[in-house]
Amino acid sequence: MKNIFIIFNRELSSYFSTPIAYVFLVIFLLLSGSFTFYMGNFYERGQADLLPFFSFHPWLYLFLVPAISMKLWAEERKSGTIELILTLPVKVKEVVIGKYLAAWFFIALALFLTFPIWLTVNYLGSPDNGAILSGYLGSLLMSGGFLAIGSCMSSVTQNQVIAFIISVVVCFIFLLSGTNLVLDFFNTWLPQGAVDAIASLSFLSHFSSLSKGVIDLRDFIYYISLIGVFIYINVELVNIKKGG
Amino acid sequence: MIEIKNLHKKYDGLTVVDNLSLSINTGEVLGFLGPNGAGKSTTMKMVTGFISPTSGEIKVKGLSVKDHVYEIKKHIGYLPEGAPQYGEMTAYDFLLFIAKIRGIEKNNIKNSIESVIENLSLHDVVNKRIEHLSKGFKRRVGIAQAIIHDPEILIMDEPTDGLDPNQKYDVRELIKKISKNKTIIISTHILEEVEAVCTRAAIIAKGKLLFDDTPSKLQSSSTGSLDDTFRKITLGESD
Repeated sequence: MKNIFIIFNRELSSYFSTPIAYVFLVIFLLLSGSFTFYMGNFYERGQADLLPFFSFHPWLYLFLVPAISMKLWAEERKSGTIELILTLPVKVKEVVIGKYLAAWFFIALALFLTFPIWLTVNYLGSPDNGAILSGYLGSLLMSGGFLAIGSCMSSVTQNQVIAFIISVVVCFIFLLSGTNLVLDFFNTWLPQGAVDAIASLSFLSHFSSLSKGVIDLRDFIYYISLIGVFIYINVELVNIKKGG
Repeated sequence: MIEIKNLHKKYDGLTVVDNLSLSINTGEVLGFLGPNGAGKSTTMKMVTGFISPTSGEIKVKGLSVKDHVYEIKKHIGYLPEGAPQYGEMTAYDFLLFIAKIRGIEKNNIKNSIESVIENLSLHDVVNKRIEHLSKGFKRRVGIAQAIIHDPEILIMDEPTDGLDPNQKYDVRELIKKISKNKTIIISTHILEEVEAVCTRAAIIAKGKLLFDDTPSKLQSSSTGSLDDTFRKITLGESD
């Protein structure tokens, strides 16, 4: 536990000692703001809620979360620090979890900094703040899912660009797995049960109810178990392929 | 202290370490010599538990590395090849991070860091980012992190690579100074270094142990210079 905390601290402060943190925060806030107001027709809808804000989060995360996660393990491999860190008295899972939590905390911070939009909607009308809280919670959980996939993909390569591209592709599949685009592809050769299972893995469907303020325990369980599975695979991948 | 038995390592069918057996006792400073690609780094990586052998066994303090790697890592200080470090950190923050994760007690952390800064003359650079340091300073920060917890076993892969002659001298003096009651393995290309600091020299080429004796024996086993002896031993095998 203590080791996770030490790793967490080191990772988090490394974001802020490089331009990554500031570039990410500025881009995230700019994009989430402009999507909401321009593409989401925040004003024109005439409704006091944050649905247009949340509805763009999956697409924002699709590119921005892999941008954060691509370096998590690929950089350690490239620079050789993986050998340093894994010959210290720490367990692989402690390093994986510490790094993961630091990145997640950082994304949570970015999400927190969108609070002016919450202030705006409260100034303009009287929204259901419970629903907004549920939306934020759903968004945070979803970002955790994207991040777990990204961290896992980052551990298979020492090339950050490759890590980024694979992560985006895998996240994209998870994002759209409930839509016909993906399901039609599987429909032709997989039994109906398997196709239904794939459909149930969709990020979008598990996020949409939370973003509307409907807190369903199944959505929580879905995201938490998805994160758990990918972190587990991440640990195994690092264990199997430590060097080179 | 360290026992290596019938160690084999294969990468994609290529044998890197070939039936290596070696045991190193407390108080010994073993100089690990060999041409590039001889298997020195690979062997060291296996002793530290970073990679696992294809077959064979390594025991450290009587414990098998395979089964007790977490316990063993506490007693080892390790400088990996190329002295990898987190470039965006300052040297001080980096040493602080290592000290914390090494589990050095809170009250002693400051002293431990001060002592390695002193030993490796890092005063001028402690507040600089590691990525801005010269190769020599970076190497010394790497050595500092390896000895910060005063380990019983010290394994250093080319500790003096990239250092100027004065710095090399300082590092050798440091190794001599701390070598009492420790087990030290250093790998090097530089034969004088073995004479200067090691109590024992082991030469490997193509993963095989070709020579294992005192540095003076190495000197006397041939009429020519140390370099000639080295060439004779290592090239004799590869041809």
